[in-house]
Amino acid sequence: MRVVCTMIVNNMSVMVGGEAGAGITRSGFLFAKACLRGGLYVFGANDYQSLIRGGHNFYIARAATEEVYCQADTIDLLLALDKETVVLHKNELVSGGGIVYDGEELSLSEGELSRDDLRLYPVPLKEFVKKLDGELIMRNTVALGATLSLLSYDLEILNGVMKDSFKPEVAELNVKAAKIGYDYAREKYAEDFGYRLEKTKSAGRKRLFLTGNEAVGLGAIQAGCKFYAAYPMTPATPLLHFMAPLDRKYDMIVIQAENEIAAMNMVAGASFAGVRAMTATSGGGFCLMSEALGMTGMTETSPVVVLAQRPGPSTGLPTYSGQGDLRFAIHASQGEFPRVVIAPGDVEECFYTTIEAFNLAEKFQIPAILITDKYLAESHEVAEPFEQNRIEIDRGHLLTDIVYEGEEEYKRHKLTENGISPRAMPGMKGALVRTSADEHTESGYTTDDPDLTTKMNDKRFKKLDALVEELEDYETTKLYGPEEADVTILGWGSTKGPIRETMRLLGKETVKINYLQIIYLTPFPANSVQKILRSARKTIVVENNKTSQLSSLIQEHLLMTVDHKVLQYNGRPFNPRELSERIKEVL
Amino acid sequence: MAFKKAIVELGLRRDQVVLVSGIGCHGKMVNYVNVNGFHGIHGRVLPLATGIKLANPTLTVVGFAGDADQYDEGWGHFAHAVRRNIDMTLVVHNNMILGLTTGQATSTSQQEFKTKSTPFGVIPPMLNPVAHALVSNGTFVARGFAGDTRHLTGLMVEAIKHRGFAFLDVFQPCVTFNYLNTYDWVRKRIYKLEEEDHKVANKAKALEKAFEWGERIPSGIFYKEERPTYRDNLPHVKEKSLTELPIEDIDINSLLESMM
Repeated sequence: MRVVCTMIVNNMSVMVGGEAGAGITRSGFLFAKACLRGGLYVFGANDYQSLIRGGHNFYIARAATEEVYCQADTIDLLLALDKETVVLHKNELVSGGGIVYDGEELSLSEGELSRDDLRLYPVPLKEFVKKLDGELIMRNTVALGATLSLLSYDLEILNGVMKDSFKPEVAELNVKAAKIGYDYAREKYAEDFGYRLEKTKSAGRKRLFLTGNEAVGLGAIQAGCKFYAAYPMTPATPLLHFMAPLDRKYDMIVIQAENEIAAMNMVAGASFAGVRAMTATSGGGFCLMSEALGMTGMTETSPVVVLAQRPGPSTGLPTYSGQGDLRFAIHASQGEFPRVVIAPGDVEECFYTTIEAFNLAEKFQIPAILITDKYLAESHEVAEPFEQNRIEIDRGHLLTDIVYEGEEEYKRHKLTENGISPRAMPGMKGALVRTSADEHTESGYTTDDPDLTTKMNDKRFKKLDALVEELEDYETTKLYGPEEADVTILGWGSTKGPIRETMRLLGKETVKINYLQIIYLTPFPANSVQKILRSARKTIVVENNKTSQLSSLIQEHLLMTVDHKVLQYNGRPFNPRELSERIKEVL
Repeated sequence: MAFKKAIVELGLRRDQVVLVSGIGCHGKMVNYVNVNGFHGIHGRVLPLATGIKLANPTLTVVGFAGDADQYDEGWGHFAHAVRRNIDMTLVVHNNMILGLTTGQATSTSQQEFKTKSTPFGVIPPMLNPVAHALVSNGTFVARGFAGDTRHLTGLMVEAIKHRGFAFLDVFQPCVTFNYLNTYDWVRKRIYKLEEEDHKVANKAKALEKAFEWGERIPSGIFYKEERPTYRDNLPHVKEKSLTELPIEDIDINSLLESMM
């Protein structure tokens, strides 16, 4: 039975699903980018298991005329490249939703699907690929062509995306494959599907479509990062893949270290030598980096460390997302030393806060930690082109003269008013740069003198005071929605997208809601959080962890408790519908 | 001391040299040698020195580690640093015991050696760092003895001059805790490879010599070859110090375009 409904235009979720190694993410990305170029907003998320081949992968692209901040929990069109995709996702399909699949390989009947409200679009994908003498992976492209036809979308846009993404000869084959799928579906299923994609007024406008990892990488390059050392670990690995091929173009050294301990120590060394340096990892690797992180605190070097979280403890869910490492990032390594911990919530913030991280690390001679997670690091989002004229490079008190001309002997850890010592690079004529992971004198010699130990601790923490003052000019928190609201949501990091979608859903039900996004977690922006909490009628912390680490931070810094905690720790991001239901429960 | 003499002999300016040390009896060297210095954490001399040298190739980077520091805690970095062939030097003060922590076994303590942590004797056989360096494609592998400063200074000069990664293991007996491998013990056994017509280009022979232990123990250069350094394979920064690159107004437009 066909469920008759009105045509839905420019608002849909399309999922590509299949085995690992079958080019699922790539195909989903191509579709999403075709939507972007047609002027739509798109959000693309991938989901994969920790397997090289086999296992189930999917990519879900949600496209709409208005801004989309995250994935939806329903699917309108499913491109199923294997049976498992259908089995796993058939119940997420909306009534009237469709499935594109290879009719020669899979037989789908209403009985098997146990629902009769779906549109089935078998296409002989494999056969077409054979005809073209192409690789099996090209059946994805045939399916994409068929999809565009079902949605009455302009095939030329997809062709353009493929030409930009593949080598010319590969692109040419794929363009042919898409055309075959497109023509087949147009002939067999014209006007059958209840969804359409149309170019919008914004078609051709230049906008970015990128992941959090890519945005961090771009930020690092823009900030003048010249040294990147890392050991692969999901979900930080794509950042290594992003940086490595760009080393020649941007005069960087990108080195795959033998482990995270080495990566962190290399970055510490490069930073000591006077270069902007970065590493990235996930929780397990960050554990290994912790000792050297403390060394950078003690020696006042300036590394930037990206911690892309995944659920723990231990190996946990290696290819999924979570926010369980906030406290860890804030406290990692023994002893006490100042640091900065920044949590961007979308790709644009990933770019700009990475640059901030480099500036703050050098200006205050402290380690900077940028905390993301799998969801933010690997999902594709739309962003306006980054404004390069907004970028400022601030290296703080770095001595750049070739010869040291100070009146007294150079002292790397000289005691100063604000705790920041002039920083010479080793190699500077007339200055010897000496530092130590042991407590040290101003000149960097080991000491165990009690007075000096006190002075040096005070020196390092004076920098924290200076940092707090500096951050008064930074956007350490962001408020979305009205100043006054019935309910105030607090969150950090990648929950931003789902929370903003939820606000939209709840707004439609006339709940007056606002949302405070906390971007700087250390030093904690106590003033701006307190201001909101004081005026809030009801507060809800939304987090992807078990113990609500943000709530505990608020309690610690403000002696204030939040009214409710909405927590999810199953490795998956919140979906807006569920989140809005859970928020309504506590209203 | 051999290192200071080597610097003088090589005519290096002190502000061009960076001494990197780990944790152990050697660690305080940063306090005693008036050059640039980074006294790092236990076991991590090599990656720390690697970062410094990669960032600024104009510096002469010399790492000093202890045997527990390098061969226990930092063993995981050893083969990688050796095979990367970055132009720097590693000197390991090998006293075959943990001295700073008041006398426990290390991986170069002899089998059956009784220490506070091995009261019934060390169970496994000792590591052979010289052989390890050779099979890890080391380009300069040598052993010296602190009891023969002149010879050691010569080895250090050669090591620092070597274009590539130079590894120098130095017997430096611990007069406090190692009652077995004393100066006298070493003196009775050690001989100089160069006095026996050893050919430093012969890797098989070098490996054979690396396994010589007991009545006679070889010192000097076991093996030496010229191989392109890590940086030689980075044509874009081969001649550049990263510290001198401008970082203002970097143009990322082409990258942004590719994401549109």
